[in-house]
Amino acid sequence: MKLGIVKEIRAEERRVAASPQVVAKWVKGGWEVQIERGAGEVASYPDAQYEAAGAVLVDRATAWASDIVLKLRPPVLADDGTCEADQMREGATLISYIYPAENPQLLERLATKKLNVLAMDQVPRISRAQKMDALSSMANIAGYRAVIEAANRFGSFFTGQITAAGKVRPAKVLIIGAGVAGLAALGAARGLGAIVRAFDVRPSVEDQVKSLGGEFLTVHIEESGEGQGGYAKEMSKEFLEAEYALFREQARDVDIVITTALIPGKPAPKLWFKDMVEAMRPGSVIVDLAAEKGGNCELTKPGEVIEHQGVTIVGYTDLACRMPTVASDLYGTNLLHFLDEMGGASGWKIDHDNDAVRPALVLEGGEKRWPAPPMKKAEPAAKPAAAKPAPAAAAKPAEHAPKFAEPHAAKAHGHGGPPPNPPSRTLGIVMSVIGLVAAGAFLFLRYGEADAIASAATRELLQHLTVFVLAIFVGFQVIWNVTPALHTPLMSVTNAISGIIVLGGLLGARSDGNLYGSTIVAIAATLFATINIAGGFLVTRRMLAMFRK
Amino acid sequence: MPFLNSQLLINAAYVVAAVLFILSLRGLSSQETARRGNLYGILGMAIAIAATLTANPIYGEFHTLLFGAIGVGAVVGAIMAARVGMTQMPELVALLHSFVGLAAVLVGYSLDLGTLPMPPFGMRIEIFVDVWIGAITTTGSVLAFLKLRGSVSGKPLLLPGRHLLNLAMVAVSIVGAVMYASDGNQLGLHLGTAIACVLGVHLVAAIGGADMPVVVSMLNSYSGWTAAAAGFMLGNDLLIITGALVGASGAILSYIMCRAMNRSIWNVIFGGFGGAPAPKAGGAAATSAGEVQEIDAPTLAETLKQAKSVIIVPGYGMAVGRAQHAVRELTEVLRARGVQVRFAIHPVAGRLPGHMNVLLAEANVPYDIVLEMDEINADFPATDVAMVIGANDIVNPAAEDDPESPIAGMPVLQVWKSKLVVVNKRSRAAGYAGIDNPLFYKPVTKMLFGDAKDAVEKVVAALKA
Repeated sequence: MKLGIVKEIRAEERRVAASPQVVAKWVKGGWEVQIERGAGEVASYPDAQYEAAGAVLVDRATAWASDIVLKLRPPVLADDGTCEADQMREGATLISYIYPAENPQLLERLATKKLNVLAMDQVPRISRAQKMDALSSMANIAGYRAVIEAANRFGSFFTGQITAAGKVRPAKVLIIGAGVAGLAALGAARGLGAIVRAFDVRPSVEDQVKSLGGEFLTVHIEESGEGQGGYAKEMSKEFLEAEYALFREQARDVDIVITTALIPGKPAPKLWFKDMVEAMRPGSVIVDLAAEKGGNCELTKPGEVIEHQGVTIVGYTDLACRMPTVASDLYGTNLLHFLDEMGGASGWKIDHDNDAVRPALVLEGGEKRWPAPPMKKAEPAAKPAAAKPAPAAAAKPAEHAPKFAEPHAAKAHGHGGPPPNPPSRTLGIVMSVIGLVAAGAFLFLRYGEADAIASAATRELLQHLTVFVLAIFVGFQVIWNVTPALHTPLMSVTNAISGIIVLGGLLGARSDGNLYGSTIVAIAATLFATINIAGGFLVTRRMLAMFRK
Repeated sequence: MPFLNSQLLINAAYVVAAVLFILSLRGLSSQETARRGNLYGILGMAIAIAATLTANPIYGEFHTLLFGAIGVGAVVGAIMAARVGMTQMPELVALLHSFVGLAAVLVGYSLDLGTLPMPPFGMRIEIFVDVWIGAITTTGSVLAFLKLRGSVSGKPLLLPGRHLLNLAMVAVSIVGAVMYASDGNQLGLHLGTAIACVLGVHLVAAIGGADMPVVVSMLNSYSGWTAAAAGFMLGNDLLIITGALVGASGAILSYIMCRAMNRSIWNVIFGGFGGAPAPKAGGAAATSAGEVQEIDAPTLAETLKQAKSVIIVPGYGMAVGRAQHAVRELTEVLRARGVQVRFAIHPVAGRLPGHMNVLLAEANVPYDIVLEMDEINADFPATDVAMVIGANDIVNPAAEDDPESPIAGMPVLQVWKSKLVVVNKRSRAAGYAGIDNPLFYKPVTKMLFGDAKDAVEKVVAALKA
């Protein structure tokens, strides 16, 4: 099968669908790869690198005539009625961004060619599909770039400094929306030394924000903003009012605002209003990552940078394109995993049962397959993960896992109830009950017969039992504090100590001068017990000598 | 000792020895005091033996034989202690347990033979109990030793109707006990011993490889109870105290191990876990439908150079591969580059409680960067690379995600929350518990196949290059 990589024709698009590194992996995996000449030029991937990676350089028409055409942007439907994808062969496959909901005409056009079309923007946000989630890869880049753009336009340091000329306070950054882009921005801003706060309506992201060194802000109203597929949903009026109050307060304090709030299938929510912009200090910068969907800031002009009362508002919609080298590589890697998921070079096919592929299938042989029917079981709140080394918002199954209760063991013994904390208590009680029962049975057996001598012997036995039970208690009290790191030495030292059985051997070996069988057996017992004592203590010493700080 | 009542002397000495033993165990509660604890133990033992010998100076002309036995025992023990590799600690500990059991059996028989015409009724019961527990400990420990050494397969042996079999054996033992106790019929004692020997083997044979830490600590406990039983038999308080201490210690360790696996002790002993065929539950099918991604040593080295924090999760594979020194070298190289390196130890990693700590200590890894599961589990989300070296079940996310999984509910190290997980494994096989591990198919996971030592050494070489 031939993969074709075509040059993007939109003027602002600097990316290409795959880097030479990815192409090399395809070639190794058995694909034939042909790439349009100059496709990677602006992304700093010259043709020679693709050729070295094993791709064949071809002209535009040949690249488009491949079995599977890989690209980034949806094919352009020109005003004169021609379409970029017209050069495709009938029945071939196109994998790229499509945005099927917004481009119905494009879909109709592609259908006339009986194409198979897979939309990278429709790859589901489930854990298993994270490696093919191009939206996350690009959001990660955009988040990083947003910070760079902000820093570029900000007239001061991000990090606080104390210099001979005086003290500079660190910049304060507010990030709205702690998704992939927001977390990437958080990591980048922290890396530059700023104080970073992140706001999100989903309480579950608090840990991720904190793990990256950010302060988490949220509104304390009983409502979770957890929507489907890791996105946030729209919130109630009360909630929004509380949120805006918080933003107004923050506006006076922060220097940089980066907004990333998106709700799938809807225009971006407006949450940074004109009065908030005006409340900010002159010189502050707002970067609106939602500009493409209208912007989170009321004043954002998509694609432009404007200034309003000294505050710069960056509304670029092509932040990922501004870092074409890494963006092309990550997008290509997403494609690589996507093709592998579909079976790789040898077994490539469109599998309706694959829950990572099916949602992305838009057209099959020209037939409309989108939107996909809901899968049997939606994965609960899988979080998109950005590619390494970005701050990964990894899936968080632990939150959904049952909380483990310790008293499992105790319950099995019929001692349900509160957790044994300290657990020694339950165990101690169990053990002493066992001890007492055993002792009772023993007493009964041994002294069941009424006997004159018994009373003295009984007293002695009772004494021994007292000692026994007390010693068990002491044992529990002492051992319970042992650090787990020392469990092995503890075991070997108790091993040595239980060699005290040697006393039995020594006592049994007493003799009146004759060598009885019992003497020999006792001496053998002494031998084994001594091995134990010497071996146990010495090996413990050896082990303990190794522990060092 | 004409000027001292020998009974008074011996009692005083025993009290001192008992206190020293308690101090010894207490000393082991932290690294700072552990060495002193061991010294207390040695001192206590020396006092106990010296007092017993001085107070009972009647050994006829056989004292050479007796002292010879002590000398030989000490030398053999010392050689074993000096020679054993730290990876073989579990075997040594199991073997030493069997010696305690054996000594107890021998002491019991010695008492039976040496008391003429026959021991009194009560003592006969005590002898029987001592010999019975001792015999179980002995054969159980020997089998555990062989299993740990690999001479015998770690797979659990699950005979049909094994619970009934155990019950039957206990019943026959009671018959033997009644025979021996009622009229001193030695056949009863022999019968009891033989049955106990078989029972010990059967109990340990039914327990799977993954549960060996529990088995070893349980046998540790048994060896204590054996000594305590001998104490009752001989009317010796020091034996009772010491046995009770050791028994309690082993019981606590078993309990801790079981809790670490979220299973009850009965489930471990009678559950036969570890040999059950991997369940074909829907959950497993859904999660394992994926492909693993491999990583090679140079790439991993590059990644580690970029990392800020690394957590290493060692498992039994590190012990088997004797990779602890290579791992230490890796730690040093990374720390020299300013990377924060820490170790995460699961309570049941390895085949002995605390096994991993000992191996790392042997390799000179400072113990303050070796952390317990509870201390470090929350740090994985802020970790760049989690390296899993020869561990499997203890990092299996199925324990949390998949209620059908046989290890469901077992607390595990949440390595998959870090930004990159590198799993070193010899092959693609399942872990000791025989369960598929969805961790390997996660997008954050990369596999580094190969022998632990080789693989880590290659990474170190690439880091140094």
